[in-house]
Amino acid sequence: MASLPEPALPDAPLTTPKPAARIKRFTVTERVLHWMHASAFLALLATGMILYLPALSTLISRRQLVRGVHLWVALAWAVALLVILVVGNRTRLAEDWREIETIDRDDRRWLRGRKAPQGRFNAGQKINALLTIAFALLFALSGFFLWLGERDHRFIFAGTGTVHDALTFVSIGLLVGHLYLALIHPSTRHALRGMTTGEVDEAWAQTHHAKWVEAERTSSLS
Amino acid sequence: MNDRTIGRAGFLGILGVGAVGLFLAKDATGLLDRAIPSSLSAVVPTSGWRIYTVGSSMPTYDPATYRLDVTGLVGSPVSYTLADLKAMPRAEQVSEFHCVTGWSVIGVRWAGVRIADLLAAAGAKSNVAALRFVSAESPYDDSLTLQQALLPDVMLAYEMDGEPISRPHGAPVRLVMPQMYGYKSVKWVNRIELGATVVPGYWEQNGYDADAWLGNSNGFSS
Repeated sequence: MASLPEPALPDAPLTTPKPAARIKRFTVTERVLHWMHASAFLALLATGMILYLPALSTLISRRQLVRGVHLWVALAWAVALLVILVVGNRTRLAEDWREIETIDRDDRRWLRGRKAPQGRFNAGQKINALLTIAFALLFALSGFFLWLGERDHRFIFAGTGTVHDALTFVSIGLLVGHLYLALIHPSTRHALRGMTTGEVDEAWAQTHHAKWVEAERTSSLS
Repeated sequence: MNDRTIGRAGFLGILGVGAVGLFLAKDATGLLDRAIPSSLSAVVPTSGWRIYTVGSSMPTYDPATYRLDVTGLVGSPVSYTLADLKAMPRAEQVSEFHCVTGWSVIGVRWAGVRIADLLAAAGAKSNVAALRFVSAESPYDDSLTLQQALLPDVMLAYEMDGEPISRPHGAPVRLVMPQMYGYKSVKWVNRIELGATVVPGYWEQNGYDADAWLGNSNGFSS
């Protein structure tokens, strides 16, 4: 029986399709860091807008309360960041940083609009990550001096508010672009799976992150 | 420069620019004004004004029932309608407005009543040495010495830039004290208490200087 060919049914596929191969892109540490930062950013953006935009600040009022929430969220962000750095997968985070700050020949070609194979992070993601980390540190620094300046007026600097505001404007632009690519743009939105489940389809990764898939194969063989 | 230092240099460069900006950046609202389409200027504070309210809601006033009470060291407490105030000698001026948090508005046109005219009309006693301006925005209040209140560019204003003062700017009357930081220029004034000594106001109780001279108080030195 087993040696006999099965009658081919016109509608049935000849072979059952293999489940799409998945490839691990982000560990729990990276995903927790991403979503912690995202939720803190959105909470800080919302309270910050109430403090900054006259239309909202006059509608909500209660400036001291809103400012208190803004400050406590910022503090919670800093504590959460430290906790992740202490108990998280630091080896992996160090590897992320090494990849993000390396802008190689292929990245530079990719940024000029040419086709070039990309690693686990493409050059745009690397720049987004570098900006996000730098902005987070500058938000924290300028925010700290906004807070300290109110208590000790020797620390009121001319540009503290301007820096904090300018960071907000550029960050909103980055956020809009990030959300478009992660949620809407057809060829990139699959990446959201990587940040929720940790895994992406290997075929998708092969198209968008060829050097990474290649490196994974090599390392799994060795 | 190798591949890795390009990303790191960019990252450190942004951090450096941001940190230097704390000290060097000026209030950028003028720049913002040119960069942002006028349709958005109602939303983003491009005029330079930011609206800070500390109470639970921004005060509203009813022209029919609004009264400015002058109490304390007067022959007998008096109560003025907005029409009564407008019947007093009208003063006009163009002055700057500087907030202690770092933003400024240049060339604000004010119209209102000089404090000397108000005190004369109210029948202030000769031993008045301080004026406490109480806002409808509880718990906001602030005080000036008599000498400060009689400076030639101090007024109780009912018009700003040719219009009746709007609700966010302190309708119907606010104090204008251009030589001191903005927190001294109490908005939504509905009572003036004439006394013998200065009473610490809302922001003084939060650590700010009572004599809030521009550039020469709150840690600023000229």
